[in-house]
This record gives sequence, C-alpha cells and structure tokens, in this order.
Amino acid sequence: MSKILEVRGLTRIHGRGCPLCIEATGHESDTNICPHCGSVVAAHDVSFDLYRGEILGIIGESGSGKSTVVRTLYFDDAPTAGEAIFFDDDRQYELFTLNAARQRWLRNHRFGMVYQNPHLGLNFNVSAGGNIAERLLMSDVAHYGAIRTRAQELLARTEVLAARMDESPRKFSGGMQQRVQIAKALATRPPLLFLDEVTSGLDLSVQAAILDLILEIQHELGTAMIVVTHDLGVIRLLAGRTLVMKYGRVIESGLTDQILEDPQHAYSQRLVAAAL
Amino acid sequence: MTPHYELPRDEADYSFGFLDEYAKKEVRRAILKAVAIPGYQTPYASREMPMGRGFGTGGLQLTLALVGPDDTLKVIDQGSDDSVNAVNLREFVQLTCPGVTLTERTEEATLIQSRHRIPEKPLRADQLLVLQVPYPDPLVVVEPSETKRKIMHGEADYARLLVKLYEDIVKFDEITISHRYPTRINGHYVIDPSPIPRWDVPRLHQSPALILLGAGREKKIYAVPPYTDAMPLAFEDQPFRVEDFRDAAGNRRACTRCGATDSFLDEFIDQSGGKVYQCSDSAYCAERLVERAEAAA
Repeated sequence: MSKILEVRGLTRIHGRGCPLCIEATGHESDTNICPHCGSVVAAHDVSFDLYRGEILGIIGESGSGKSTVVRTLYFDDAPTAGEAIFFDDDRQYELFTLNAARQRWLRNHRFGMVYQNPHLGLNFNVSAGGNIAERLLMSDVAHYGAIRTRAQELLARTEVLAARMDESPRKFSGGMQQRVQIAKALATRPPLLFLDEVTSGLDLSVQAAILDLILEIQHELGTAMIVVTHDLGVIRLLAGRTLVMKYGRVIESGLTDQILEDPQHAYSQRLVAAAL
Repeated sequence: MTPHYELPRDEADYSFGFLDEYAKKEVRRAILKAVAIPGYQTPYASREMPMGRGFGTGGLQLTLALVGPDDTLKVIDQGSDDSVNAVNLREFVQLTCPGVTLTERTEEATLIQSRHRIPEKPLRADQLLVLQVPYPDPLVVVEPSETKRKIMHGEADYARLLVKLYEDIVKFDEITISHRYPTRINGHYVIDPSPIPRWDVPRLHQSPALILLGAGREKKIYAVPPYTDAMPLAFEDQPFRVEDFRDAAGNRRACTRCGATDSFLDEFIDQSGGKVYQCSDSAYCAERLVERAEAAA
C-alpha cells in the first residue's frame, strides 16, 4: 500500500506562546492552556501516516484538537510548526510550504472536506446544484452541460432527489444537507477526504444511512479519509486505525479494534468504558 | 453649473485642468500602473471634485490628467452628448481647460469621456476612451470583504462569479446580466467594465484605442490597454451574447429616427403609448440623418 499523507510534528498554538507552553500543558498537567502565557495548545506533535484507500479515525473529547488537525491539513488554519507531505499520483507536495495559490489548487482539486455544520461547507444562497457547480468551476470545468450532468450524478449517488437539485440547501433537512456536502466534496473525485463530525447532530437512522454512504464511497472510489468524531460507534464502523487525542496530544494510536478492546492509556480506558 | 459662471479673478491662475500638478501626477502614475497590469484595480488618491461623487468624478479626474490644449474632447452620457451629466462635465472642462476643442463627432475626438456607453463608431489607435465607473469590483456581489476580494483577484479565483451565471441559467435559461458584465482582461483579472450594456462588451476586445476606467468614490483606476484580450465570462456551451433587438416576427428593429439596424437601441414610449426604438448613440444617429438628407437632396 502506498502512502498518501505523512504528517510529522504538527503543532498549533493559539496565542503568542512561550517556551514553557509545551511543558506546562498536556495530560499530566490536566490542561491545554499554558499557565504562564495563557496560550492555547490546540495540537502538539501530532504525527501519523495515511495510506491510499484507508480510513483513519481521530477520536477525543471537545477541545482535544482533533478538528484542528484536519483544519490545518485542509488549509482552513495555519499550523505553528510541523510538516505534512501529500503524495499525489505522480508527485508530492509539502503542504505547509506551498504558496496560497498552490494550496487553494490542492484544496479544490485533490482534497474534499465535509464539516459538521453544513453552513461552513455550503453556500445557502445558491442551489444545491450550484454548490456542486462551484467546486467544479473551481477545478476549471467550464462546460455548463457537463457541470449539470456531474451534479446530477453526484446527487443521485448521495441519494438526494434530482428534482430538488435547483433548490437552496436551506430548505433541506439536516441529513440531506450533509448528503449535499458529501456530494460537493466528492465532485472532483479527490483521493483524500476529511470528515469533521459528519454525523453529529443527526438522528440515529439518518446517521446510519450517512455512514453507509461513506463506506460505500470508500469501497467504490478508494478514497482515503480522515474521520474526526467523538462517537465511538462511528469509529468502530468506519476506521481501520484510530488516534486518540486529549489536550492536543495523540495519547494512543493503533488498530481500531485494539483500541476499543484493549485500551492502554488511562484516558482511552475511561473513554471506552464510558461508551459501554 | 450656473450659466455664465466665471472663475473669481484671483483664482484665474488655477492650474490648467483644475487639478494641481501633484494630483495630475498621481493620476498619471496610477494610469501607467493600470496599463502595465491590464485589468488590475489600481488604488489612487482620488481628489475631491467640485461635484458630487457618483457624478463621474473618477472619469473626470482621468480626463483632466490627460487632456492638453491641443486635444479635442467629446463627453457622452448614456450615448447622448446632450444629457445633463455630459453637458455639465463639458462645461467644466471648457471653463478650466482653455484651448481644448469640444466636439460631438466621435471621429474628431482625441479623448472621449463616457458614462455607460462606448460610441458606435469604431475607435482608432490615436483615440482614448475614459469610462466613469460607479462600482469597480465585479466580486462585490459574491464577497463582501475587500481583503478577501483582493486575494481572489490575485489568484484569479472567479469560480463564484461563474456560479452566479450558472444559477442564472438554471433559473432563467440564460445569463440575465444586462450591464456591468464581468469580463476577463488579458487572461487574468476580471473587471467590471462600467455599466456599459452587453452590446459594448465585444468592443473592449482587441480595441485599437486605450480604454481607461476610473472610479472616483471607490478610488480605483483600471485599464484595457490597446489590442488586449477582453473575454466576457461564460460557459463553453453557453456562450456570451449581446442584446437581441429582434421583434416577435424575428426582424431586427430599426431606429425610428435614422433607420439604423446596427446600433444599440433605447426603448421609449411614444405619446400613443406604443414602444419606439432609437439609437442610444445620439451623435451616430444625427450623423446618419444628415447623410440621409444629403443623399435625398
């Protein structure tokens, strides 16, 4: 299996930071706010590899830094330190040293993102089809007919009624909005997809349907995914490998089954026990 | 402007062209930059003019920085030489730029200041067209933050403008922008080409004359240099098209005054309540009338 993403020492500190920040925060100190300068250590020294077609889960409580990791990888936020290499078909990119235009190109052509809140991923002032068109137009498709056909295909694939393609996603249910977001993210057939709490806030039957859809897509297209969630069920269903995060640190990583059946770190044990 | 107004005696040694030399230098410097980066909105220190912002102060500052005593100036407003804005601007230039010749004939003019139209007669390489612009940024409809718009321009990120066109076609089966049609200059920057109708957009493309656009309130100058590509945004299978002046039977409507079938027409309601059509470019229409009278004589 070939690598698609290699992340090393990813760190994001909000605030001016001081030399004591790293030492004074973390699991032992039971905080991620530096007592000396008040900076928030959102993520520190996060390293992992992701392989083609693999789903990696990141689990942790609110504020543990799991969203920060995907947000920096999707260029929504800039890291304080660290590096990430994206291995495309025939070349590789050092994500954080690229200029803004190259970053935007990668984001539009090779990455996809599905946010927890559809407001972040969709423009509610244009139709569902228009949202998908935006992503296609960003990747330089300039043929109206081709855009229409592709948008119809994608919405059919994500089980959104074709008849509602020209309506604003504002009129859709939460589950449908998430489906449109997934369709939009998939529009350019990206090899790498970030899913940030996609099913949080949806009811159980809709959650199951969305998770099924994500699995089907992964089987069909072989898309590599990073799934961020606080829900152990989602991790169990989707992810092959999992990182457990707390106070911005990865405290445990390994095969999902192993982590769920035999957690090593005290926090992971509490987390798994709490879910049972 | 008050008729027969004269500058006060002790103000008679006003600079030629009202603006002081520093202001002219500033405008000229912005012009050079605008020409060097086709379509880029060059910020400049727009001066207060003795008229309200929105009355063509951007265009007027360009004109005053460019005009010399040996120039021949034509000023039009919506195609007409005789409407209020055109007459006022012309009188102002007459008052402040002694020696400048004023004309209504397009081919005589060396400098043309216009609001919302490009003359029907093709411009030459020795002519210069100045357009008054109310809103210089085409991205303002999709992005409220100017900082973000600047980044979008820099990266030629215009997908969201195209989404606007996509939505139009979905809803109305055609692109419904009537004026200010977003146009890509020299393959990079997309400009708002002043509120000219779609009819005039193809005239920007490979124009022999330099076209300068000035927004006084928004403090921006941009240019379509001579012989530069100007491509209206469109889809490969939904091409840009100009206004359709055919009637229900499919015949091209003609101007009721001069009979022209190749000009941009304005629609009027006549006294009986019916619709009549007239050339929007009054100088073009008047000239054709004279030609017709001469041919008849």
